[in-house]
Amino acid sequence: MFYREAGDYKTSYAADSQTFPIAFDRFRYYAVLLIGVGIIPFILNDYWANAILIPFLIYAIAAIGLNILTGYCGQVSLGTGGFMAVGAFTSYKLMTAFPWMDMVTITLLSGAMTAVVGLAFGLPSLRIKGFYLAVATLAAQFFLVWLFNKVPWFYNYSASGQINAPERFLFGQALTGPNADSWVKYLFCFAFVFVLAWVARNLTRGAMGRQWMAIRDMDIAAEIIGVNPLKAKLTAFAVSSFYVGIAGALLFTVYLGAAEVGEAYGIQKSFLVLFMIIIGGLGSLFGSFAGAAFMVLLPVALKVLLVDTMGWNTALATHFQFVIVGGLIMVFLIAEPHGLARLWALAKEKLRLWPFPH
Amino acid sequence: MPDQLIFAMEVTLNGLLNGVMYALVALGFVLIFKASGIFNYAQGVMALFAAMTLVGIQQGRVPFGHLINEIFGTNIHYFGWEVPALAAIALTVLVMIGFALLVQRFVFKHLVGQEPIILFMATIGLAYFLEGVSDLMWGSEIRNLDVGLPQGINDVIDAATFDLFGYGFFIDNLDISAAIVAGILVAVLIAYAQYTKNGRAMRAVADDHQAALSVGIQLNYVWVLVWSLAGIVALVAGIMWGSKSGVQFSLSLIALKALPVLMLGGFTSIPGAIIGGLIIGVGEALFEFAIGPMIGGATENWFAYVLALVFLVFRPQGLFGEKIIERV
Repeated sequence: MFYREAGDYKTSYAADSQTFPIAFDRFRYYAVLLIGVGIIPFILNDYWANAILIPFLIYAIAAIGLNILTGYCGQVSLGTGGFMAVGAFTSYKLMTAFPWMDMVTITLLSGAMTAVVGLAFGLPSLRIKGFYLAVATLAAQFFLVWLFNKVPWFYNYSASGQINAPERFLFGQALTGPNADSWVKYLFCFAFVFVLAWVARNLTRGAMGRQWMAIRDMDIAAEIIGVNPLKAKLTAFAVSSFYVGIAGALLFTVYLGAAEVGEAYGIQKSFLVLFMIIIGGLGSLFGSFAGAAFMVLLPVALKVLLVDTMGWNTALATHFQFVIVGGLIMVFLIAEPHGLARLWALAKEKLRLWPFPH
Repeated sequence: MPDQLIFAMEVTLNGLLNGVMYALVALGFVLIFKASGIFNYAQGVMALFAAMTLVGIQQGRVPFGHLINEIFGTNIHYFGWEVPALAAIALTVLVMIGFALLVQRFVFKHLVGQEPIILFMATIGLAYFLEGVSDLMWGSEIRNLDVGLPQGINDVIDAATFDLFGYGFFIDNLDISAAIVAGILVAVLIAYAQYTKNGRAMRAVADDHQAALSVGIQLNYVWVLVWSLAGIVALVAGIMWGSKSGVQFSLSLIALKALPVLMLGGFTSIPGAIIGGLIIGVGEALFEFAIGPMIGGATENWFAYVLALVFLVFRPQGLFGEKIIERV
């Protein structure tokens, strides 16, 4: 009825190739932005911010980053945790070495540093493919975590080996440290998610994104029609690592505040982000958001259901979480290998024709 | 003979025996990968699950005891009997075969023909699932596993090397028995694949699915068979690692250690898995011995992966893997 292209006249090429060609989608998008900026910061409490919204936003960035590499360019990576650690430690070193530097610059520089590291570990992808590459990225994961554990310079020779985010201000508001208000943290993450998602959307539908997808679908054929595999794969690694690095930096500075590398950025993180993009949908921006929301909400929902409502102990609930996450992944792969994003697309397709079946 | 060299020899020997353990896990991977093209990430968790089940049966624990107690408010933990080791092993083998049937029936039957990477991710899901089930069934505490394998320092080697070099090597009896068991297991597996009807069917399926199907081999049956075999290999690996350091969560992480072994040896070669395991075992032991102290130690966390990574850049199919030929 209301979800139609009909009547929505496009009079310029720009209007014709916009991200949301259907008016309803466009308004929904603006509505989400409006609620995100105009309403949520005013009604936000600490529990919602810390348990759900901030981790959701941060993991959404990481999921977009991994989706660029795995979903769009077809290079499976199990090193996400290690790359997030690079972002976190870069931001820590910058914050402590240059106290005057503002957080936006620090976060962007952390992303840039991670991009450089990602490039280095992306080089073998030119020779190694598929599983072999997935295992090779494990080298990045384990080596980076070991490095940040063993070289005291990275954690400023602190006795515990932990890194703690010092207090920093943005526009006069505390952003990191114990006195930061949750709405400031939330808005900071929201701004990053908005800009990065916008950039990712436009990268993936541009020339670069189409090169990535050509490599993903068949790398030799892509090479024959003139895609430079070196350039395509390495840009995918760099851009992906940039995103993942920013997510890692935000996770440390804004969300955790204090981190121990093996615990916060271990192999479990890599799998968590990988699950997000599998459940959400490979090669889809919406999927990255949906997957991040799902994986952040699931433990919270299970805890509320099993521990708070039914009074089970937390250990048992954690075990159940394993069973449910593992089971869901298998069910998703069997029923819908393209994830939540595909279900969403199907729903939209149905909506366009509604109330007619065809 | 200089002391350093003697120490290095001891380290090498221990590394070799450790490598056998890695090879044992890698073997399970190769079996499944050859027959079905599934890269089974859950192999390590299968080892954990098998060892947990073995301990649980041996000690007469009630499966899902914690869960039952939590729901019904009861307090039951043990049946009150103890099962002898051999009978417990036989029962665990049955459990692993049952597991193979269920996995094939409910998961991989529905994923036939999917891309390898989808199958790989499904096994990651399976790993999480099985880990949760294992915790629910038997609890998540560290368990001691004892099936009567000899433990402690081997006195014969200690005495012999002391006579030779004036310094006794510390070699664990358990490592030696693991090496012997692994050797027997590989011999039996190769003989099974070579000389039995089922083994021939397995090799046929590994060669070409459709050709095997067309001469009347049931793919489903062969897949259940290889998953069962992988389950048994997992049980053996679980017993060895479990007797060494207790049955605990970290057991499932040995799967990650087996990955570089596979990359070195090639995913499709049983001898490759063994030799890859030995190279990794010796390599990381010697590296930790020679370079480790200079750069802060604990290099065995990553050395295997970096070695495999560097190696793969020069030989992408591994030592014994089939040559990769690509067509457009």
